[in-house]
Amino acid sequence: MSGLITEKKIVLGALVIITFATVALVILPFVQLKKLEAPEGLKPYTDQQALGRKVYIANGCVYCHSQQPRDANLGPDGKRGWGRPSVAADYVYDQVHLLGTMRTGPDLFNIGARQPSADWHLGHLYQPRGYTPGSIMPAFKFLFVERKGKAMPGEVVVNLPPAYAKPGVTIIASQDAVNLVEYLKGMDHTYKIKKTVKESFDKVSLVTEDHTKEAK
Amino acid sequence: MENTGLVLLLAFGLSVLGLMVFIWSMSKGFFGSNSGTGANVIFGKDEIGLVEDPAVENTAELQGDVGETSASLSVQEIKDRQMADASSALPAFAWITGGVVWLVLASFAGLISSIKLHQPDWLTDQAWLTFGRLRVMHLTGVGYGWSSMVGIGVALWMIPRLLKTPLVGAKYALWGALFWHVGVILGENAIAQGYSAGMEWLEIPWQIGMLFVVGGALAAVPLFKTFANRNVDHLYVSVWYIGGALIWFPILFFIANLPGLGSGAQGAAMNWWFGHNVLGLWFTPLALATAYYFIPKVLGKPIYSYNLSLLGFWSLAFFYSQVGGHHLIGGPLPSWLITLSIVQSVMMIIPVYAVAVNHHMTVGGNFKAVIHSPTLRFIVLGSMLYVAASVQGSMEALRFVNQTTHFTHFTVAHAHLGNYGFFTMIMFGAIYFIMPRVVGWEWPYPWMISAHFWLVTIGFAIYFIGLSIGGWLQGRDMLDAAKPFMDSVLVTIPYLKARSVGGSLMVLGHLVFAVHFILLALRYGSRKTEVVLAAPFIEKLIKSRVKGA
Repeated sequence: MSGLITEKKIVLGALVIITFATVALVILPFVQLKKLEAPEGLKPYTDQQALGRKVYIANGCVYCHSQQPRDANLGPDGKRGWGRPSVAADYVYDQVHLLGTMRTGPDLFNIGARQPSADWHLGHLYQPRGYTPGSIMPAFKFLFVERKGKAMPGEVVVNLPPAYAKPGVTIIASQDAVNLVEYLKGMDHTYKIKKTVKESFDKVSLVTEDHTKEAK
Repeated sequence: MENTGLVLLLAFGLSVLGLMVFIWSMSKGFFGSNSGTGANVIFGKDEIGLVEDPAVENTAELQGDVGETSASLSVQEIKDRQMADASSALPAFAWITGGVVWLVLASFAGLISSIKLHQPDWLTDQAWLTFGRLRVMHLTGVGYGWSSMVGIGVALWMIPRLLKTPLVGAKYALWGALFWHVGVILGENAIAQGYSAGMEWLEIPWQIGMLFVVGGALAAVPLFKTFANRNVDHLYVSVWYIGGALIWFPILFFIANLPGLGSGAQGAAMNWWFGHNVLGLWFTPLALATAYYFIPKVLGKPIYSYNLSLLGFWSLAFFYSQVGGHHLIGGPLPSWLITLSIVQSVMMIIPVYAVAVNHHMTVGGNFKAVIHSPTLRFIVLGSMLYVAASVQGSMEALRFVNQTTHFTHFTVAHAHLGNYGFFTMIMFGAIYFIMPRVVGWEWPYPWMISAHFWLVTIGFAIYFIGLSIGGWLQGRDMLDAAKPFMDSVLVTIPYLKARSVGGSLMVLGHLVFAVHFILLALRYGSRKTEVVLAAPFIEKLIKSRVKGA
C-alpha cells in the first residue's frame, strides 16, 4: 500500500462505524420516542418540583436509586410496591433522564405514592437510620441547619424520631431540602397507561402488560 | 414483533457485512506478497530478537530469558530512534504527568466514597463530600483525568516510533494538555459545587466539556501532521487503534453534549451509547494500541498473527460501538434496541479472541521475561484482564445473568476490571518503559516498582473478588420477593468493607508510583552505566525542538 490509502481507509471506516452506531442507538430511538404524548395521569413538574429535581441531580441520588420499575418476569419490583413497569411515555417531562443503573437503595419512581409524608422525607434525609435501621444512605446534614433555640416563622422544622432528636436543638430544613422533598412527593406514576399509548407501540413492545393492580 | 426481528437482523447483518468488506479491502496489502511484514515495522532492520525495556534492572538477564541473539541496531537506526523519542518527550511528559496527578487525587475520592458506603455518617456536613458528588469526582478524575490524559500521552510517545519519523507539531499537543487539564479541574469543581449535568459519564457541564473537544483535537494534530512524513510503508495496527480513538472521541463527546439529547427515555439510550463507547472506542483502543506495541517490542518478537490483530480492530469497532443498550435491559425502551445491544455484546467475543490468542501466543514461552521486565509484567497482566473483563461483559449482557447483576455492585466490580485491571495496568507498564526515555534517567528504586505492582495487584484482587461476590448476593436477595429489600443492603456490608481494604492498598500503590515518578523526574539516585539510549542527546533535542516546534 502506498500514499495515504491506509489512512483514508481508517478514517472512512471509523466514520462509517460511528455513524452506524449513532443511527442505531441515538437517532432511531429519538425519532421513535420523541413523538410520544404524556399519559393522561402524568402532570408536568411544578416549578418547585423542578428545583427539587435539580437538588436530586446535584447530589447524585441517581447513583444509588433507579427510576424504572421492571416487568414481573425480571424481578419482584411490583411486589416490593415500586409500581407497574414504567413505559417510555412516563418520562416525557424528564429533562435529562434519571433512569439510574444502581439499586443500592430502592427504586424511587413511585416513592411519592409510598411515602406521601413530607415529615418522613425531611427526617429521613437528615438521618436515614432513624427510619430505616441499617440503611447505608448518607445523612444529608448539609441540607439542614441545626439551631439552639426555636425556629423563626415560615421556617420548616424537621421532626425527628425521639431516639435521634437532640433536646434544645431545632433542625431546620433548607430551601433545597424542601424542594427536594416536594419533588420526591411528586414521584407518583401509579396512573393507568391508556390503551391508545399502548396500541401505537405494540409492535416494538414498548408497553408491557398493565400491572397497576398488582402494584397496589 | 415482526419489525423488531427485521431491524435486528438488518443491523446485525450490516455489521457483519461491513466487517467483511473492511477486512477484505485491507487484506489486499497483507495477505499477498508482503504477508507477515506488517508485524515487523516496529523493529529495525536486524532488530528482531533484541529485547528493549528501559525499566529493567539488568538487560542481559532479560535478553537471556528470550534467548541470546546476534540481532542489532545500526548506528543510524539508534540515532533515528533517539530523534523519534526526543521529538515526543515533552508532550508525552505533559500529558502523562497530568494523568498521574489525577490518578492520585481520584483514587482518594474513590476510597472515601467506598468507605462512605459502610460509614454513612462520616463526612456529612459538607455538600461536596457527599457520596453522590465524590463518586462522580472519582469517575471524572479517573476517566477524563487519569485514563484520557495518560492514554493520549502514551499514544503521542508511540506515534513517532510507529511512523519512524520525529513528531511534527509537538506544541499543539502541549497546548492540548493545558486545555484538557483545565477542563478536568473546572469539571471537578463544577461537580463538587452541584453543577452536575446529571447523566452518568456526562456530568461535566457542556460549557466546560468543550475544552476536551479542543484539547483532544489539538492532541490529534501531531498525529495527522506526522502521518504526512512517515517513513514506513505500512501502518502498524497500533496506529489504527490510536487513529480510530482520536477520531471517535471528539465526535462522541460532541454529540453527547448536544442540548436536548439527554431528555426522556430516549436520553437513556443516548447516555449509554456514549457511556459504553467512551470505553469501547476511546479507552480500549488506546490501551490495545499500547499492548500491541510494547509486548512485541520488549520481547523483540513480532506479534503472533498480525492479520488476526487487524480482524480484531474492525470487529471491535463494529461490535463494541453498539453494545450500550445492555445497560438498559428491562428498561422502558424499545426491545429491538436492547436486543441489538445484547447480540453485539456477545459478538464481542470475536475481537477479544483475536487479542487473547495474539497476546498469549506472543508471550507464550517467555514467562520468565514477564518476571524480569516491569513493563511486560504490568502489560501482560492488563492484557489477560482485558480478556477476562470482556468475556465477563458479554456474559453480563445475557438476560438471565443480567437479571441478577443489573443494579448491583457486581457491575461496579466489572467496570473496575475493565478500567483498572485492563486499562490502568497496561498504562502503568507503558509508563515504566516510556519515562526513562523521556527524562533520560533510569527509575531510581526498582523495589518501588515491585512494591507498586504487588500493592495494586493484591489490592485489586481483594477489591474485585470481594465486590463481585457482594454484588451477586445483593442481586440474588433483590430478586427474592420473600426477602425485604434491606436484606440486599445488609448482605453487601462485609464485601463493601473488603472493597475499602483492597482500595486502600491500591491507593497506597498509587502513592508509591507517584513518588517514584517524581523522583525519576527529579533524577534521583545514581546514573547507571546501562543507559537508556543517550540521554544528553535527548536533552539537547528537547531544547531545540521546543523552540522550533
